[in-house]
Amino acid sequence: MQPTAPDAPSAPAGPDPLPAPAGPAVRGPRARTAAAYLRYGVAKAGGAAVSLLAVLVTGFFLFRLIPGDPVRTMTGGRPISAAQLAAYREEFGLDLPVWEQFTDYCRKALTGDLGTSYQFHAPVVDKIGEALPNTLLLTGTAFVIYTALGMYLGTRSAWRHGRFGDRLNTGLALTLYSVPSFWLGLLAIIVFGVGLGPVPGLFPTGGMESGGEQGLAHVLDVAHHLVLPVLTLVAVEYGQTLLVTRSALLDEMGSDYLTTARAKGLRDDLVRRRHAVPNALLPTVTLVFVNLGRTVAGVILVETVFSWPGLGGLFYQALSVPDLPLVQGLFLFFASAVIVMNTLADLLYPLLDPRVGR
Amino acid sequence: MTAGATPPAPGAAEAGAPGAAGPRALAWRRRRASAVRFWRQYRTRRAGLAGLAALVLFALVALTAPLTVGSGVAGVTDAPGGPLEAPSGEFPLGTDRFGRDLLGLVVWGSRVSLLVGLLAAVLSVVIGAVVGVTAGHFRGVYATVLMRITDWFLVMPALVLAIALATVMSRSLGTVVLAIGVTSWPTTARLVRAQTLAVESRPYIERARALGGGHWHVMTRHVLPNVMPLVLAQTTLMISSSILAEATLAFLGLGDPTVISWGGLLQDAREAGAVSAGDWWYLLPPGIAIAVVALAFTLCGRAVEAVLDPRLGVTR
Repeated sequence: MQPTAPDAPSAPAGPDPLPAPAGPAVRGPRARTAAAYLRYGVAKAGGAAVSLLAVLVTGFFLFRLIPGDPVRTMTGGRPISAAQLAAYREEFGLDLPVWEQFTDYCRKALTGDLGTSYQFHAPVVDKIGEALPNTLLLTGTAFVIYTALGMYLGTRSAWRHGRFGDRLNTGLALTLYSVPSFWLGLLAIIVFGVGLGPVPGLFPTGGMESGGEQGLAHVLDVAHHLVLPVLTLVAVEYGQTLLVTRSALLDEMGSDYLTTARAKGLRDDLVRRRHAVPNALLPTVTLVFVNLGRTVAGVILVETVFSWPGLGGLFYQALSVPDLPLVQGLFLFFASAVIVMNTLADLLYPLLDPRVGR
Repeated sequence: MTAGATPPAPGAAEAGAPGAAGPRALAWRRRRASAVRFWRQYRTRRAGLAGLAALVLFALVALTAPLTVGSGVAGVTDAPGGPLEAPSGEFPLGTDRFGRDLLGLVVWGSRVSLLVGLLAAVLSVVIGAVVGVTAGHFRGVYATVLMRITDWFLVMPALVLAIALATVMSRSLGTVVLAIGVTSWPTTARLVRAQTLAVESRPYIERARALGGGHWHVMTRHVLPNVMPLVLAQTTLMISSSILAEATLAFLGLGDPTVISWGGLLQDAREAGAVSAGDWWYLLPPGIAIAVVALAFTLCGRAVEAVLDPRLGVTR
């Protein structure tokens, strides 16, 4: 939006639904682009709002109307007295009519009140707030590494497709893709954490910090704890990016414009970097974001295995009790986060590829 | 392979009759020919063949498990060995925390893991196919709403949804199948819808409509047989991810605690402290089994997909 600033005032002023090609050339394509982008953005944001609302509704019905009494689930089948049962029902508002429960829940959720965890006796929002930075640290580091690695290897693979390197790359990616992430994490702990045979334990087996360090020592300590979880997450996630990049680039490989570029005498390397990859980028970015849901799954498992004090670890603690308000709160959070990220990606596409959003 | 995909017609018996000129027999002959052609192309894909071989092996192991190890292997009370024994001549893979033979457990666990993976994949693909075919056939508001729902599910973190479902429902295999099935269908729905739209634009659909074919006739007799190969490939790929999802749910303690499955074995291992004790032999076999089966289904699915490349139209 920023570069179009000089033209921006004219964009809303021109209610011109069908701009003729021969229209005023002065305030020409840029203003139209801005208006089109605005329309596109509003449509996407509206869609996201509906999706978020659907998440809210699902969160409610999933945890209240499914066969089985939430209180019974909570007590895990242990016998409790009728008085206790009634007290619990009142505490969670289960004695109210469903409609009142729903409006109550919506009002609270929209004002940032997700209830109280009965495992920690603390507001769910606070627990999420505590764990979020840790998850962002782990996921962000892994995301940058696996996206870069997957795109690099995927490009290499597609450009030399059918060769040995491509087969090796694709085979390894498919194998790691089929490996359960939690199992890979457990093995990593045994080999590099506990130590196996001649290999000494090089890295901590879990947690995020040893405690006691200050300043730089603390940062290094956290980085030391970060190595194994990040490696595990990268190993199970990079294959997806690799395969997507590879097939997106393969789709471009036969294109005429690449032949033209080669006929101009461009170096092979330049043809790849300047001509083929930018065109293959959009489907890749799209799928990287659509697959964020899968990444959430990987994060939950890796954090569980490595006792990382993040949202995934919290989710595991919540569901093993089960601590329903916390499970529900984290469900709402994960789902909303993925939807918001996807919407941001949607808003980015027109800037990446001018063909989108017209 | 495609024999399972073609809708069974009552004329199966007369299919072998040579020279029978009835439309049924003709259709069957064409289907058989396309199955043979499919197999010839599939045979050239080494990765697909390797996957198929691994699957046949695992299917045999799972089916013959009652004869080779028997259900007694899962009993905790009269376990043959001591707890957490390392691999030895008597127990090739060691024993678990109750002293049960780990090899027997992995063999026995294959039944549940494969069964749940299969059922969840079938459930998911059936939902996806129904949504995809109807959304492609009926245009307008119905299709728009349906595809919005599909897109919503597509973006959702499926595991989180499955965990939430499994948490609020009772612990049983049915819950696991349901939780995986209802969260993993949107990819299939999108693929099937795209293929349905392609098929519906062909002239013979118009002909069928002109001759008075209703919605049901067009969808089941014309669209469905044409999207079936795609559905088959998708099922194969889905089984792979369903087996992984089953293992994940079991590992998180959301599976049926009374049955033996590969994910459950890994959870047992973790709870028994096999990780901090460095008992790698406890963790290795179930994980490798999961990875090999998931990889085998993925390889088969990719090979089937490559042979029937949907972008090039349906092979027929």
